[in-house]
Amino acid sequence: MTPTLSGRIQSRIVLLGTVGIVWTLLIGLVVPRPEGAAVYKGLFTALLIVAVVGIVWELIYHVLQQYRWEKDWPTVFGLVLAIPEGIVAWALLQNGVPWDARPVQASTFLTMFITLWILIWAITNGPLQILFLRWRYRGGRFIGGWG
Amino acid sequence: MTYTQGDISQQLVDTSVWSDQDLADHGIPVFDVPFVSVGGGIGSFSMVDTLRIAGVTVDQIRVVSDLERPSQTYEYLAGNSQIRTDHRLRSDSSSVIDCIWGWPGYALREAWGKKTPSVAIQVFLEPVAADYYTPKAGQVYESINREAARISWSQMLTQGVVRHVRRRNHGDYFVLFTPPTGSASTKRIAFRTRFVHMAVGYPGVRFLDDLQQYRQQHNDYQRVVNAYEPHDHVYAEMRHRPCTVLVRGAGIVASRVLQRLIDDRDQHGAETTIVHLFRNYPTGPQGKKATFRRPASKGWVYQGFNFPKAAWGGQMRDHLESLEGKDRRDFIDAIGGTNTAPRKDWREQLDRGEAEGFYLQGRGQVQSVVPSPDSRQIRTVVGGGNGVPTTQYDADFIIDATGLEANIEEHRVVMDLLRHGGAGKNVKGRLDVARDFRVRGTDNGEGRIYASGSMTLGGYYAGVDSFLGLQYAALRIHDNLVSAGFGRRIGPGRSISQWWKWARNTAL
Repeated sequence: MTPTLSGRIQSRIVLLGTVGIVWTLLIGLVVPRPEGAAVYKGLFTALLIVAVVGIVWELIYHVLQQYRWEKDWPTVFGLVLAIPEGIVAWALLQNGVPWDARPVQASTFLTMFITLWILIWAITNGPLQILFLRWRYRGGRFIGGWG
Repeated sequence: MTYTQGDISQQLVDTSVWSDQDLADHGIPVFDVPFVSVGGGIGSFSMVDTLRIAGVTVDQIRVVSDLERPSQTYEYLAGNSQIRTDHRLRSDSSSVIDCIWGWPGYALREAWGKKTPSVAIQVFLEPVAADYYTPKAGQVYESINREAARISWSQMLTQGVVRHVRRRNHGDYFVLFTPPTGSASTKRIAFRTRFVHMAVGYPGVRFLDDLQQYRQQHNDYQRVVNAYEPHDHVYAEMRHRPCTVLVRGAGIVASRVLQRLIDDRDQHGAETTIVHLFRNYPTGPQGKKATFRRPASKGWVYQGFNFPKAAWGGQMRDHLESLEGKDRRDFIDAIGGTNTAPRKDWREQLDRGEAEGFYLQGRGQVQSVVPSPDSRQIRTVVGGGNGVPTTQYDADFIIDATGLEANIEEHRVVMDLLRHGGAGKNVKGRLDVARDFRVRGTDNGEGRIYASGSMTLGGYYAGVDSFLGLQYAALRIHDNLVSAGFGRRIGPGRSISQWWKWARNTAL
């Protein structure tokens, strides 16, 4: 992919706001629920962290991208970066940021985070172009960058 | 005044704007069609593919061409430059010329079709832990043929050679062409059309001046050849006797020619010595800033494709769109220029050739190309300067692999458009188009002329001469046509339903 900064942020928010919400709802149905209905509070807090902190991540990625001649973002990066992002999201969640959503089981968080990450990674590496034909030329933007 | 019926007259050629009556007086039959694409190669194909997917019907489109298949010229040029059907092109997996959505890409399709997961792994790891995946030429040609059949290409194709695209006095244009001999009752036929798309490709093969001069002076067209013209006899002879060949150029075609020469050594026992002559010889990375630097070594400049990937759809595309004049030209030159792909197998061959002494590099400006004293070889004298002494190389053959560029004015229809149609040239001397690929200065009433492909290099998009660039241009032109009331915009709903038809190979 060859994202622009705006395209990175737009793609992250749009996909987490659509695929992310639906997937989190579905995951909430299948994970163990020792905490009762509060499982969704933890899961959606995690989703929010990935979206909001993700904007900071995207700024960092954008800076790193400037050191690539092709100004691209290789497919494998998109997958591997789940590791640092996942660690940071888990740490924030465990420290009650932005609010206390504990207890969240590590297995629950990992199930949701890993499956959602792979799903969104797979969608952005192809199928999204079927829905939004101009998206790849616009550097990942849905608004702007065309015409 | 009386005219030869069915043909144009000098008076008509000299008249920039034509009327219906002019053509009636000349007895030239005129047919109405809203959209005409001139060229019939891959540029026309990508344009028409997009329009057909947007719902434009067969009867609204005509493609005027002397080609039978869209990939015909491409196959010819690629074949000459030693890329056969089982060799890989220099094209990204997601630059899928038969699929405007770009997914699934060539890599996934190859992995699926041939049950070879290794290419899927390669595209996943590229370019970090593997060379860029690139598709095989044969796969590309087959998929073009399949898509051409799906969109009823042959029903839109009108065989002929376009002579003029001229403004009509009441808006729109005439596209005047010569049909194949004996196929029509008149020598010329014209389409009266609102929208014209020009995709005529390269006007011709460019030769280096000194080589062209040698060929003409010594009538030697067998030993000094261009990589884009048929030259298999060169390889055939080198397999029969030890020869020295001098290769000029440092781009992707030079890479492929060198690979062919070394493959012949490795696989067929050829005893060829290769002298590779560089005009410019970079020895280290190019670019002063850490954020704008590309690898280069031993004379070669390396990048995956002819431009950085972001030129097709990322921050470099945005940047180029914002540039004008000299800034635009300089930026295109900085991200393009002569470069080749950093493929491991090519590097291995050249390193081995250097170590074993059958691959030699030379550098400098050529001063003269003359027959050697015994006339059995061709002598290339390379000038010194910058501390490099004057050198001469005697070779049995010279292969010019410096490129395919040629002056757009050498193309008759483009020249006609410059002279009579209001078109102009851009900062790189090619056809001046706007960001939406409208040819500036050629609007006529509601009529518009568009252009895509190599002839538009120097405009606001760098990768015009590539599969993805042709598809990008087609999409921009499509959107502009929609604003002019032609076709329906491909939005998400239509996009999905049409992709499904594409995936199922449902005829349109």
